[in-house]
Amino acid sequence: MPTTRRQFLSLAGGVTAAGTIPIVTLRPLEATPAMLTAAIRNVVGEAPIRTGKVKLDIPPLVENGNTVPVTVSVTSPMTADDYVKSIHVFNEKNPQPNIGNFYLNPASGRAQVSTRIRLADTQKVVAIARLSDDTFWQVTADVVVTLAACTEEMN
Amino acid sequence: MAALINVPTKAKRGDIIEIRTLTSHIMETGFRHTADGRLVPRDIITSFTCRYNGSEIFRADLFPAIAANPYLSFFTVAKESGKFEFEWIGDNGYSSTASASITVE
Repeated sequence: MPTTRRQFLSLAGGVTAAGTIPIVTLRPLEATPAMLTAAIRNVVGEAPIRTGKVKLDIPPLVENGNTVPVTVSVTSPMTADDYVKSIHVFNEKNPQPNIGNFYLNPASGRAQVSTRIRLADTQKVVAIARLSDDTFWQVTADVVVTLAACTEEMN
Repeated sequence: MAALINVPTKAKRGDIIEIRTLTSHIMETGFRHTADGRLVPRDIITSFTCRYNGSEIFRADLFPAIAANPYLSFFTVAKESGKFEFEWIGDNGYSSTASASITVE
């Protein structure tokens, strides 16, 4: 017997009234800005982060998020009492907010690191440098990604 | 495993030299699924270290967001002739080393 309109409505209404519509919460597959902030605080602690000194070279538009060239450089004399201790790179929307931590010392001579990264979406990339006086400096870059990395199906 | 290292063979004392390294590794993120829905387990390099005549001059923590076949370039001051040693450590007991020599005048 086909379901009548009346039966259907009473059934649908009953379900709603009973409040049995399950609420499905899933862990988001992309990092949220909150996760980005948490990852940064994990490195920086409560110290203030200033803008400047750090330069982030990354293409503003990338076709393939699977390999994106990145260069981070920091203005620093790299002497024994004024050098860059570490450089940390983060992203906003990959499944995980960390990209890499790079540890330098006065023998580095120049505070510059290059690598290739994955980006899952059009998003912000943040680079933070920790200097020898334990101050933190950051720079942000926006990247538009047309083919995403990380979460595609494997063949 | 295969690694490509690019270090100048000769340098003047005090020169800032660039070191470039490339190693072959899948860097499986642990976030991808197969066509039938199973998660592909993570398999990445988590740590890279470069030593210059025994002392550490550069270290990196890598995450799944580093592209496959990790490329890293960094700088150091050429102090003395000797050897650079490179070490990559990763998931599932992965470990790989490489070295390069330099003559400093």
